[in-house]
Amino acid sequence: MVATMTEVRPARRRRTAGSTSATQRSVYPSWFYLPAGVLYLVFFAVPTFASFWFSLTRWTLFDTEFIGLDNFVQFFSEPQLSQGFVNTLIYGFVTSAAKVVLGLALAVLLTSQLVGRGYLRSVVFFPVLVSTIGVGITFKALLDPFDGVVNTMLATFGIEGPGWFTDPNQALLTIAAVDVWKGLGIATLIYIAGIVAIPQEYYEAARVDGAGRWQQFRSITLPLVQPATATVVILSLIGGLRSFDLIWATTGGGPGFTSDVIGSVIYKQYQAGFYGLSTAGNVILFLVVTAIMVPVSLLLNRKEVDR
Amino acid sequence: MSRAFSTHRKVLAAAAVLTVTGGALTGCAASGGGDGTTEITFLTSNDAPNPETAEALAAAFEEEHPDVKVSVEIRPGGTEGDNLVKTRLSTGEMADVFYYNSGSLLQALNPDSTLVDLSDQEWVGSLTEEFTPVVSTDNGLYGAPLGASFAGGIVYNKPLYEELGLEIPQTWDEFMANNATIAAEADGVAPVIQTYGETWTSQLFVLGDFANVAAVDPEWADQYTAHQRSYAEEPALLGFQHQQEVAEAGYFNEDFPSAAFQDGARMVAEGEGAHYPMLSNVIQTILQNTPDAVDDIGFFALPAEDAANTQATIWQPNALYVPRSTEGAELEAAKELVAFANSEAGCEIQNELLPPAGPYAGTCEALDTAPPLLDDIQAYFDEGKAANALEFSSPVKGPNLEKVTVEVGSGIKTAEEAAEFYDQDVENQARQLGLEGW
Repeated sequence: MVATMTEVRPARRRRTAGSTSATQRSVYPSWFYLPAGVLYLVFFAVPTFASFWFSLTRWTLFDTEFIGLDNFVQFFSEPQLSQGFVNTLIYGFVTSAAKVVLGLALAVLLTSQLVGRGYLRSVVFFPVLVSTIGVGITFKALLDPFDGVVNTMLATFGIEGPGWFTDPNQALLTIAAVDVWKGLGIATLIYIAGIVAIPQEYYEAARVDGAGRWQQFRSITLPLVQPATATVVILSLIGGLRSFDLIWATTGGGPGFTSDVIGSVIYKQYQAGFYGLSTAGNVILFLVVTAIMVPVSLLLNRKEVDR
Repeated sequence: MSRAFSTHRKVLAAAAVLTVTGGALTGCAASGGGDGTTEITFLTSNDAPNPETAEALAAAFEEEHPDVKVSVEIRPGGTEGDNLVKTRLSTGEMADVFYYNSGSLLQALNPDSTLVDLSDQEWVGSLTEEFTPVVSTDNGLYGAPLGASFAGGIVYNKPLYEELGLEIPQTWDEFMANNATIAAEADGVAPVIQTYGETWTSQLFVLGDFANVAAVDPEWADQYTAHQRSYAEEPALLGFQHQQEVAEAGYFNEDFPSAAFQDGARMVAEGEGAHYPMLSNVIQTILQNTPDAVDDIGFFALPAEDAANTQATIWQPNALYVPRSTEGAELEAAKELVAFANSEAGCEIQNELLPPAGPYAGTCEALDTAPPLLDDIQAYFDEGKAANALEFSSPVKGPNLEKVTVEVGSGIKTAEEAAEFYDQDVENQARQLGLEGW
């Protein structure tokens, strides 16, 4: 094992050195980019730019009429939007924070010496592999306030379970909890990778100096998994702000509008046939996510560089 | 607005039909053309019993016209179906005959430029004067009815009424008094059934009250279209207020936040609930799920404040349309299929598979075997106390009414807040249609 490693390494180094010194050219001709480039152009770039145009029109699918910025004005005066906006922020930050805290805790647990560690890691990751719509429908059945398994079980202990998805004060947080259950695996995985990359020598040195478990975590693990934290925060915050599928599968934004987010407001407008208006909503969502994520990611990445 | 029924049955039916049509298409591609057969497609929605009806019509039609082959296609119902129909029409890919709502939803399809004018057809003479305008524009008549009209109001359990000695309420106060009696004397029976697990079912207090609004103010619908009337004012506000009143009195079934349409149908059929504010064609679901209870189900209109204004709100049937993209031999065959649905043989299939829950709008006539609730509805017509629902008199309907009425029923918003919210919600629709005054 060691022998093969030492044989391979110099060979690889030599090759990279040679290619960089000769030219910056890739071994493959650039027209290899063409198939992927065409697909990207047709299915992503063109629709994206077309949507900027359609967001300025009243669009019935049969014809379009240019109406300037009216759609944007209309979108902001939507009565359901203010609640949707607040809900989006709550949902994004709650799920993101929960994934950071629980993901880190699970990762610390799953990197320690534990019986059945591999199995437990798979268990934690498993929900990520299941379709979101499937998860939504399953939880809707499990958390049914009257016939659901959860409330039936609570009832045997004499506890009256809440109306998880049907209580206006609770619906959004219930969905956020399901989202955390489903997305936690990714956060844990990223943290496990981050923790494993921390050299064991630091811990040994700390132990020699008499540091306890908590001190080791506080002073070694936490600062050194900062890049992992940045990745988890960015990924889960973007996901949370754009969330739609889980909410649609569980409550459809209800009861009433109490669990509406920007994504579901836009979808309902599209369903109602307000194509121009919903396109404008998507442009706004794009700008909002960008406006939140650019500073957040700059901040997190700067911290990384400082260290 | 009727969108309901069990999802997995839909999926199974759709899968089965896809397999069948897939087989038919490939079979025809190999043999068709040379022998002079014409092949047409027939698009219907997946709400039971629509696919069954379409298959039966296609099979009977093929028997009568051996040179025509009809393939049935299935689309989703609800707003998803609306989008599919619009997309297929705008891209010229629509099936040769398709089944779709009449009234305001039809107007949104831009019928003058997308559909074939059928006003020269023989069956046109038989259409009722209530139905003709809801499938017409100034330039033509586009649809033939499939299924009967239906009413929106209170579907109730008759044995329970007999047991408690209750009378059909003529005013809102009498209705609330009946509810109080039921709550006090019938143990474990919910006076009023609500099923917010499927939000569309929550709208009946408002939509089913429209005939009463029209009785007070006959100009209301036109003035509403012109932005001169609103839901925030009486008489239209009463629908929202009535819903709030029933909710606050605690008359709903305990599981109203999560119960589904099928649950509601079962509860009123089995007497677990007394009143279900619903469309009368819920009887088709009851016929399918609890056939023994069909005779126990009656209907009365949502009572107005004043007995003189109590009228039944009527929904006109959906219709069959032919798109402009269909031409030549296919067009002829498509017109024949539309006519066939309203022929004697077609009516027989309609009576069997779409049992009428209101009067027919065309040539068909109800049989003696029709559900008894039909007589209750017919009585309103005979007295001249029936009026079309708002969606047939005005193109303005906001997409969020069902969410707003859920909020009223769940106590999230008051009737006044909800009505104001809804007035704002319809503005989008009016602007999208380019109406004047918005």
